Amino acid sequence: MPDPRLQLRGVTKSFGEVSVLKGIDMEIAAGEMVCLIGASGSGKSTLLRCMNGLEPVDDGEVFLDGVDIAEPGFDLSTIRQRIGIVFQSFNLFPHMTAFDNAALAPRRVLGEADSAKARITGLFERFALGDHMHKYPDQLSGGQQQRVAVIRALAMKPNTMLLDEITSALDPELVGEVLDVLRQLRDDGMTMVLATHEMSFAREVADRVVFMDQGVIAEEGRPEQIFSAPQQARTQQFLASVLR
Amino acid sequence: MIAAVSTIAVVLAVVVLVPMAPGWEAVKKSFFDGETFVRTFPTLLRAFLLDVAIFAWSVPMIFALGLAIALSRGARSPALFPLRVFGAVYVDLFRGIPVVLLVYLVGFGIPGLGLPRPWNSPYIWGTVALVLTYSAYVAEVLRSGIESIHASQRNAAICLGLSERDTMRYVILPQAIRRVVPANMNMLVALQKDVALLSFIGPVEILRQAGIFKSLLANFTPYVVAAIIFLCVTVPATRYADYLLNRDRNARS
Repeated sequence: MPDPRLQLRGVTKSFGEVSVLKGIDMEIAAGEMVCLIGASGSGKSTLLRCMNGLEPVDDGEVFLDGVDIAEPGFDLSTIRQRIGIVFQSFNLFPHMTAFDNAALAPRRVLGEADSAKARITGLFERFALGDHMHKYPDQLSGGQQQRVAVIRALAMKPNTMLLDEITSALDPELVGEVLDVLRQLRDDGMTMVLATHEMSFAREVADRVVFMDQGVIAEEGRPEQIFSAPQQARTQQFLASVLR
Repeated sequence: MIAAVSTIAVVLAVVVLVPMAPGWEAVKKSFFDGETFVRTFPTLLRAFLLDVAIFAWSVPMIFALGLAIALSRGARSPALFPLRVFGAVYVDLFRGIPVVLLVYLVGFGIPGLGLPRPWNSPYIWGTVALVLTYSAYVAEVLRSGIESIHASQRNAAICLGLSERDTMRYVILPQAIRRVVPANMNMLVALQKDVALLSFIGPVEILRQAGIFKSLLANFTPYVVAAIIFLCVTVPATRYADYLLNRDRNARS
């Protein structure tokens, strides 16, 4: 059996006194789409940040394609080309056009010059932003900015995408266009881990739903099982509060 | 309306009251003598060009050194700790010494080592003194700009695989420098005035030229001429800095 794309073993993480992750074990297969759900503060974002080494873990192992990237001193720069991450607050570079936002890392890290141009233009066109790629972030709507952020991550040709509540900062009418991008990526077979509050979207597209509560995985399973027949009392409680 | 009335009242009071002071005739003769004004103005203006030249060649050095110090103070790697200490000491030292004192110490002290021509020139060592002081200030301004850029920008860049160096060069610095343009404009206004301090170690720039005229003509009007020439440059520059600051504030609110 091949190595899973991502594998976590006993991952713990504290910020000062606060223990945010209390021993997470998880496997994510290549091409799988996993949705992390749970209340704010349950550890979803921190877990994503540990998966690409943005937050060093206190204890435990994080394997990417069989290599432990949580080892202290591991050179994470090569990992980060393979794992794209998109944040809730977009974090586009405000002094660059949308196109330059996406082209910076391919030029500087992959050493692409002219070849990047056609490829990145293609990405903008694919996600219906071809007319906007020479605008600056503050000239774009929130939904457009977030799609640019996805394109910027895709421009590094990652094999895995981590998506941290990427629709939470958007006006409701702009959420759909961003979720459509994720559907397209899923159809491409991209491995994705997605922290989200969009329950109906998670139910529709996820291969697996992971419910996190107070730093542990409380329950996981296929979406229809989690949403229709949750086993744990706290899962039931959480779902009852969000699915009113 | 009220503003206009009160302004007129104040101006009138000054115009009427000041000449009533017992020494006014003497002051008028020695500070505001029209004939001396006309006679010394062209030479003083020419001397001011030297101030402008010293200013012009100091500025690039100040910003290059200031940037280097700001970056060394922000170095994150533990191996670069000595660099960080050096940056902190540099800033403390040269920001803490009055410019005029540094001009004296460097301008007289270093040529006193017996350096041959042209290395004993007061232009060189005066410029060095200005660069040392002002690069310390500029370094602090730049550092505050760098620190004002939200950590999420750095995270986003690092997550794309950019090196620390590229993150600083392409993501952080361009934003930080833009943000501190108004503060640096104020710095330049102050520098333009402090260039006159070099007169104490030799160069015949505007302040020294005014002093020569004062001795020659036994009249202080040349100093007033010099002040007016300075104001013609510094007032528009200050206004421009304020304009940039306001624009920046409006853009962010």
